[in-house]
Amino acid sequence: MYAFSYQRPTSLAEAVAAIQADEAKLLSGGQTLLPTLKQRLAQPSVLVDLSAVPDMKGVAAVDGGLTVGAFTRHAEVAHSDLVKATIPALAHLAEGIGDRQVRNMGTLGGSIANADPSADYPSAVVALKATLTTDRRAIAGDDFFTGMFETALEPGEIVTSVRFATPDKAAYAKFRNPASRYAIVGVFVAKFGAEVRVAVTGAAGSVFRVPAFEAALAANFKAEALNGLSVSADDLNADLHASADYRAHLVTVMAKRAVEAAG
Amino acid sequence: MPCTVTMTVNGKTVSREVEERTLLVTFLREHVGLTGTHVGCDTSQCGACVVHVDGRSVKSCATLALQVDGATVTTIEGLAAADGALHPMQAAFREHHGLQCGFCTPGMVMSAVDLVNSNPSLSEQDIREGLEGNICRCTGYHNIVKAVQAGAEAMNADQAAKIAAE
Repeated sequence: MYAFSYQRPTSLAEAVAAIQADEAKLLSGGQTLLPTLKQRLAQPSVLVDLSAVPDMKGVAAVDGGLTVGAFTRHAEVAHSDLVKATIPALAHLAEGIGDRQVRNMGTLGGSIANADPSADYPSAVVALKATLTTDRRAIAGDDFFTGMFETALEPGEIVTSVRFATPDKAAYAKFRNPASRYAIVGVFVAKFGAEVRVAVTGAAGSVFRVPAFEAALAANFKAEALNGLSVSADDLNADLHASADYRAHLVTVMAKRAVEAAG
Repeated sequence: MPCTVTMTVNGKTVSREVEERTLLVTFLREHVGLTGTHVGCDTSQCGACVVHVDGRSVKSCATLALQVDGATVTTIEGLAAADGALHPMQAAFREHHGLQCGFCTPGMVMSAVDLVNSNPSLSEQDIREGLEGNICRCTGYHNIVKAVQAGAEAMNADQAAKIAAE
């Protein structure tokens, strides 16, 4: 790692002030950032550790959903009785991120602000009609992910919490890389009354919805409703783990599995 | 700029001047002299560096020492009793040949203890999934899983005896 200085602010205002420094970088759980620094792929001047900022941790029930603090670690979401009772698909998703040790450190806010194309949480943010709260505004989940490792966040803007809407039914199914546990393709399906959302992660540069799947499932919420439907392989990711065609195939398979799991 | 990091390691308060970029594993091995925690892959895949921070298992090669300033850390050296008697999980690894070269063992044992602490009734599948963050290149895992099953039983028996004694 290149040398950097370090701050652990104890209020959101202090964190916002600290992150204004040139080449400052926020540190949440560090499970992506620290490996990146170790490879000298980034050279921040200062790391602003969010662990001591109050009111950014934990899960709370709110009208029609759940609010999860941005600094809430994956293990806390996975084991939260409130999450398991309200949106079990979200707990299931968190339980499948990385490995046990990564889940004990990594956070929701860190994952979504990093916007890795293969991260799990972006699919939940989009499928569960999330609203993100930052130090300065609210951002709709639908508008948050703007590209590969790109979000609607302004420089120095800090996500403080994410509000997920409680669906009638939901499930997340992923085909994971067996070594890293990242999603080669992950599909989050959520049903809200007559509306169905299908959000896909891992397949493209950023999470995306599949309107054709959503319409078919809105008419008939059964796996067989997706028979014969597929997404185009154009613009999907291709790497040593999976070709674009294979990822396109997996999107339908994972969507069907998610519908079956949602019941 | 060197800064001071203070934490409780295996029951003792330790305080050292370190660079900000010092990893927890570097702090433990090079500054505190506890070399039982290993650096294997150095890319947070292999789990040889697993220690407990406030009772939760974490990969100390992907954690800054500063991130755990003020925390309570347990390493493999902190598991055995003061008289040298092995922790039940350590004894189970020895008894069930849960190791060959031994390089991954400190991390395996620390992950296994955390697993049992969070769920006393682990199935074989729970153990295999719970150890996904630890890689062993010798054993093929079968004896490690057997060792963790036996270690879990021994830890539960110890716990039951403690409760009975109270």
